[in-house]
Amino acid sequence: MSPALIDQSATSQLERIQAGKLTSSELTRAYLDRIGDKDDSVGAFLRVDAAAAMATAAEIDQRREAGEKVGRLAGLPVATKDILCSRTEKTTCGSRMLENFSPPYDATVIDRLRRADAVLIGRTNMDEFAMGGSTENSALGTTRNPWNLDCVPGGSSGGAAACVAASMAPLSIGTDTGGSIRQPASFCGVVGLKPTYGRVSRYGLVAFASSLDQVGPLSSCVEDAALLLEVIAGHDARDSTSAPVNVPAYSASVDKPLENLRLGVVDEHLGEGVDGDVASAVREAIKVYESLGAKIVDVSLPHSRYGIATYYIIAPSEASSNLARYDGVQYGYRTDEKAMYAELDEERQRVEAAGGDPEEVDSPLVRMFRRTRSEAFGPEVKRRIMLGTYVLSAGYYDAYYLKALKVRRLIRDDYDMALEQVNFILGPVSPTPAFRAGERADDPLAMYLGDLFTVTGNLAGIPGISVPCGFTQSSLPVGLQLQGRPFDEERLLRAAYMFQQATDWHQRRAPL
Amino acid sequence: MALSKDDVRKVSLLARLQLSDEELDVMTSQLGEIVQYVDQLAELNTDDVEPMAHAVELVDVLVDDHPRDSLPREAALANAPKKDDECYRVPAVLGE
Repeated sequence: MSPALIDQSATSQLERIQAGKLTSSELTRAYLDRIGDKDDSVGAFLRVDAAAAMATAAEIDQRREAGEKVGRLAGLPVATKDILCSRTEKTTCGSRMLENFSPPYDATVIDRLRRADAVLIGRTNMDEFAMGGSTENSALGTTRNPWNLDCVPGGSSGGAAACVAASMAPLSIGTDTGGSIRQPASFCGVVGLKPTYGRVSRYGLVAFASSLDQVGPLSSCVEDAALLLEVIAGHDARDSTSAPVNVPAYSASVDKPLENLRLGVVDEHLGEGVDGDVASAVREAIKVYESLGAKIVDVSLPHSRYGIATYYIIAPSEASSNLARYDGVQYGYRTDEKAMYAELDEERQRVEAAGGDPEEVDSPLVRMFRRTRSEAFGPEVKRRIMLGTYVLSAGYYDAYYLKALKVRRLIRDDYDMALEQVNFILGPVSPTPAFRAGERADDPLAMYLGDLFTVTGNLAGIPGISVPCGFTQSSLPVGLQLQGRPFDEERLLRAAYMFQQATDWHQRRAPL
Repeated sequence: MALSKDDVRKVSLLARLQLSDEELDVMTSQLGEIVQYVDQLAELNTDDVEPMAHAVELVDVLVDDHPRDSLPREAALANAPKKDDECYRVPAVLGE
């Protein structure tokens, strides 16, 4: 029996649309129905505009029928993370700060999806400003893991991964600053690719940590990730950090196996601190590659154990500076000014009565900034702004930020050396499977330590992909990470596809 | 390096955040724990290491100096919480 329409790959759906056996309207309707059925329990989407999606689908069907030229994704629904600016809808970043923000322009990735005639089906939930690994930091909704509704979907692109795992969209766009595509992909049993830094334009992506942020695809299988990456990748004059590097036709080559593969494994990454079921699933995956003729080589990334410390200096530093723009002036939330003035009056009187200098009380403008930001940012965002401000403040810059930039170089050098010996490095995406909602809510450091195997890829700027490689004894998905050389996504996808073809993990569907 | 509640209060002003007394307590202990963790970088000798600010070290990206349309004023003002026909409105900066 062939799988239900919504459980098929986007690649095969597209073939059927092109062959005239399926319309975009039928496909979009099927996903909208599924969202109507299941998203109450999963909560992957913040907003779905069914009427707009159906109108786009009908328009694409009409153009195709009339024999007009249509785009590369013509008719396929794509979900987008609510962090990419769109001129036709709000972009909230999961924050009260931007709850009513309507961008005046499209992000380059959104623009490319429109030009490719994708059907933008809805906006997915995320940790506020992409800060978090469970999507529990969203101020605007709760997302659960389709494999176990008591567990988190991972994050920050939790909605992006959950909607694919729940067959509510075939393709989905996420962003990854420290693992935010790969970790939720791993937790939800889907494919997620973080491209090389500079591969995909960040224009119109609401910035968290500009030297680490990267946009990438999530999907149920590797060939679909190849298809989506092909559409969104490429140089963009509006992002000076986007790389002027050619984009291969990933979808054309993804099914071509690689020969003489040499794969690196870091011993410590399967040892202490890694969940036993996760380690066994990854060891099994290594055996699969061996059976495909790959040579497994021990490699060493001696500075990777400093990855979390380095990342949690650099990312909050960049965030504290990027998020300074949310001051209640140009866009977003502003505090109630009447209440603010009343508060200031009261404070001045109190200071005066105590014999102090009322000039020491904040000016109205400064107090407006402070109240606005404190009322509209959640605890994790405040924590990172505080941390970044502290490590960048006078006297600490050299000890923290500059030091971290130097260790970042050492981390990159480790990868460069290892990737001279091998084509790719294999390992777990996350030391644990999806955890129970609330479990790490009061322990930010424990949450940060879960990013151990992913942050180093962002610091080094190299591409990484998560592919489903098994399940724990409690039936939670496990992801295998492959990391490769900069701009080598073409072969990274082919290597991941080889594994997928030798296994059937990607065909499992969450029991919703 | 241990963080005091007073350090955290000062940083909150620099960060343009206003934290309640209770928030200051929680933040002091959480930031303290995180800072203590990241202090482990001090054990590495990095004297001869060039800092790496960016993964792709592109230099001198130049664009042609052609005037282009910028965002129309109405569009730029559209999301402002408080505005008039021409400007963003903020609390008085110079006196009352």
